[in-house]
Amino acid sequence: MSGATPSAPGGLYSDVIRDRWRRPRHRGELPGANAVAEDVNPLCGDRVRMMLAVAPEGLITEARFVGDSCAICTASADVVADLVSGRSRGEAAALDVSDVLAVLQAEIRPTRMRCATLPLSVLGQALDGRAKP
Amino acid sequence: MRLDELTRPDFPILARIVNGQPLVYFDSGASSQKPRAVLEAMTRYYERSHANVHRSIHTLGEEATELYELARDSVQRFIGAPSREEVVFTRGTTDGLGLIAETIGRTLGRGDEIVVTELEHHSNLIPWQLVARDRGAVLKAVPILADGTLDLAAFDRLLTRRTRVVAFAHVSNVVGTINPVAEIVRRARAVNALTVVDGAQAAPHLRLDMSALDCDFYVFSAHKMLGPTGIGVLYGRRAVLDSLEPGRGGSEMIKEVWIDHAQWNDLPWRFEPGTPPIAEAVGLTAAIEYLEKLGMDRVTEHERALTRQTHEGLARIPGVTVYGPPPNVERGAVVAFAVDGLHPHDVAALLDAEGIAVRAGHHCAMPLMRRLGVVGTSRATFSVFNSPDEVALLLTAVAGLRSVL
Repeated sequence: MSGATPSAPGGLYSDVIRDRWRRPRHRGELPGANAVAEDVNPLCGDRVRMMLAVAPEGLITEARFVGDSCAICTASADVVADLVSGRSRGEAAALDVSDVLAVLQAEIRPTRMRCATLPLSVLGQALDGRAKP
Repeated sequence: MRLDELTRPDFPILARIVNGQPLVYFDSGASSQKPRAVLEAMTRYYERSHANVHRSIHTLGEEATELYELARDSVQRFIGAPSREEVVFTRGTTDGLGLIAETIGRTLGRGDEIVVTELEHHSNLIPWQLVARDRGAVLKAVPILADGTLDLAAFDRLLTRRTRVVAFAHVSNVVGTINPVAEIVRRARAVNALTVVDGAQAAPHLRLDMSALDCDFYVFSAHKMLGPTGIGVLYGRRAVLDSLEPGRGGSEMIKEVWIDHAQWNDLPWRFEPGTPPIAEAVGLTAAIEYLEKLGMDRVTEHERALTRQTHEGLARIPGVTVYGPPPNVERGAVVAFAVDGLHPHDVAALLDAEGIAVRAGHHCAMPLMRRLGVVGTSRATFSVFNSPDEVALLLTAVAGLRSVL
């Protein structure tokens, strides 16, 4: 392709996004998850479900996601799962979009920001909800 | 001379460089670009003649009223409406469909039935859902066949003596199916149902003749047909419009008002409360005159050639799926497609990096997406200024996409 290079460092599709889109580390079902939430991006219909395994003392032992989502949303969900694994509920709830963007290393334009923030919003819903028995 | 060679100099925005590349605009199905004639007509109106319409007894008021009502005559001619009183101005297709759904909705009772289709844009679905909920009416949808056309045998089975409204798109905004309007109207009328046609994706591309289509209502927007945003048209058959109470109240739509009641104005003003979009009506006149000068048959022919080139070209690229009727069937100026392994939003973003604007997502037709088994699609739509060279650029860019992400 000619013209601007959206895959160049600092572009929309950073190396991190392309890598996590092709090979997400945390994609898939999580049997035994006890904090789960799912939501859609009304702009595009993308759907993400976050699943957390939370130990009784509040430590997130594992996080996984599934969904129909674009490269940015998928990479963001993968990063969110990375960031919350091994953290406490409180630490996970304090995660900010800037933490995710720092890992993604991409120039997310306003029209695509919701793609990047949807997984965080779903994480918040999973943490707010009553843990399933 | 090809139509694009003739028209391109008229569209100032085509000089834009986007991400280092000349703009290729394939999103007219969402909103078309505007020729200079439209922009200048609106500016001229604001600079010389602006005032409120109808009750301003001064020179500017008379000029504004004359220009506003001239737009009605232009629309009447453009759509082949039997009379100017049948042309109601709205704020756009969504507004027009909402208005007519509310208005007809008031006449519906519990158990009355509304028939829509699986192809509908949310704008021709949600208003009917609201009406069905409020009136206790039943909402049914005509399914589509594998090729994206309506299952007319199933439609026949859905029609009953309780069917009061059949609402459907003339042209699908996703798969480009051109529905057989006159035939659907004939079957609906056999059970005394009213017909409401969403013409948003037809008016910019096809020669319209309300007498031939014979529907009760036909709704479209100016901004998809080279005109400004903020104005649309609701055509209504006079006998039916006359029988309906106004859906919305305010100034302009009344003759005499008392505290507890009012007498409605004549058609079409009965359905136009408040100050209308006057400059936008002036712009719409200019857009119609521009299209008429090109000739709608020529417009259809040009856009059909682009649609076919795109459809056939995309279908030849490995890993690309094109949705809707095959390219040899008459279709609207729209091609929806998917690239294997890529999300539609990423397809649109990567094409934008090449200066190519396409739409991506559910196209406000989630039930249709579900029926196609996808979250969304990418979509290229065409207008008079698009060229075969631009289509070639799109095909080359799409063919290279899978190596990028």
